[in-house]
Amino acid sequence: MDLNLDAPHSMGTTIIGVTYNGGVVLGADSRTSTGMYVANRASDKITQLTDNVYVCRSGSAADSQVVSDYVRYFLHQHTIQLGQPATVKVSANLIRMLAYNNKNMLQTGLIVGGWDKYEGGKIYGIPLGGTVVEQPFAIGGSGSSYLYGFFDQAWKENMTKEEAEQLVVKAVSLAIARDGASGGVVRTVIINSEGVTRNFYPGDKLQLWHEELEPQNSLLDILNAAGPEPMAI
Amino acid sequence: MFLLPVSFSINADYFFLQFTIPIDNGDSVKNAEADSQRTLYPYVTGTSIVAIKYKDGVLMASDMGGSYGSTLRYKNIERMKAIGKHSLLGASGEISDFQEILRYLDELVLNDNMWDDGNSLGPKEVHNYLTRVMYNRRNKFNPLWNTLVLGGVKNGESYLGMVSMIGVSFEDNHVATGFGNHLARPILRDEWHADLSFEDGVKLLEKCMRVLLYRDRSAINKLQIAKITEEGVTVSQPYSLKTFWEFKAFNNPTAGAEGSW
Repeated sequence: MDLNLDAPHSMGTTIIGVTYNGGVVLGADSRTSTGMYVANRASDKITQLTDNVYVCRSGSAADSQVVSDYVRYFLHQHTIQLGQPATVKVSANLIRMLAYNNKNMLQTGLIVGGWDKYEGGKIYGIPLGGTVVEQPFAIGGSGSSYLYGFFDQAWKENMTKEEAEQLVVKAVSLAIARDGASGGVVRTVIINSEGVTRNFYPGDKLQLWHEELEPQNSLLDILNAAGPEPMAI
Repeated sequence: MFLLPVSFSINADYFFLQFTIPIDNGDSVKNAEADSQRTLYPYVTGTSIVAIKYKDGVLMASDMGGSYGSTLRYKNIERMKAIGKHSLLGASGEISDFQEILRYLDELVLNDNMWDDGNSLGPKEVHNYLTRVMYNRRNKFNPLWNTLVLGGVKNGESYLGMVSMIGVSFEDNHVATGFGNHLARPILRDEWHADLSFEDGVKLLEKCMRVLLYRDRSAINKLQIAKITEEGVTVSQPYSLKTFWEFKAFNNPTAGAEGSW
């Protein structure tokens, strides 16, 4: 089997951004793959741009890193010049500027989410090509294919912070179950007027889905627990 | 090369960026390798636009879908936008390119307003500008991947025109893009006539949009109809059309069949 270790680092990924009554919740898996090999099983795909704006990265790891680095740099200058925190819309438009004008070379889909005093919590999706779409929630990455139906059914307006985060964790976890390019832990970032909270949900803290079994330390535990003659015919 | 802003300044009202632009010293051989901008492919696309002239002006219809390949990914994209006081632009094709065209037109309208001479750009001028932009990009093998429909009314005169991504440009009484060319235009050729009332115009557009909904895979059932008259531009709220499935032949088509057909 060809592992193709020379393949560019790509974050297959599942990324999600959801608005709720008071802010946004961003979520992502943690798998970075190089061909078939998992180069990093605990990556952090939710990257800070400013104190109040974060971006979820998917697609090429290098492209998404360099784009978010440039935008962080521009936003830093912008904040100094403006004298107050940058808005989510400006952050999204800076990402769009780079994504659109370099569309031939970049292969990264991004979800910008944050909170500012003018518009509150906002989510902007920026897929391949550099389109900007403001949405009440956004999904992206290869794992998102498995979530369109889920969100069509499960999404509602004006959720509470807890409901929104639970929805995001459930969704990323479902995508990880079916998408080979997504895996690892579920990371979430909640942004509202009070500030930013990072959370971390390792695999064993997540709900089990179809055909998934409760993790054990060893077969021996199962055999011993089942009684003195577990293998008798 | 990676295009980065060379200078970057913001004041309270707008946000200005100046890009490095390759200097053309006429040496096309050397520049050819440096210039990696070639014909691209679309990512997020909008499907058909249908538009007709009617008694008071122009009516235009589009759905609100943004497809990503075969996935119906975005369902709230407005593909028709007012331009200045007198025009309405509808676009099918790559949405990011449409958003860029809207930025160009913003600048065009801004400069027009800055003359402060009481004159304002009419649909014919906007259509001409767009034609030049699209054709020149086509000549550089770097098209804006859109088919645009430009409708408007100025000084009592209705105007309806179209520009494609290769710069083909024309005016007509009724136009359609994409699948609309094949499915809507035959209906319009048969049933359009001059001086349609607003009600008849809307019904005619809805007839076209319903056929597109049945037969275009990238169509979604959420559309808007826009009206331009001397008074100005209005875009309707999003709404859905009822569809009909109760033909007897649809009910149990394989009843008498051997196998599945």
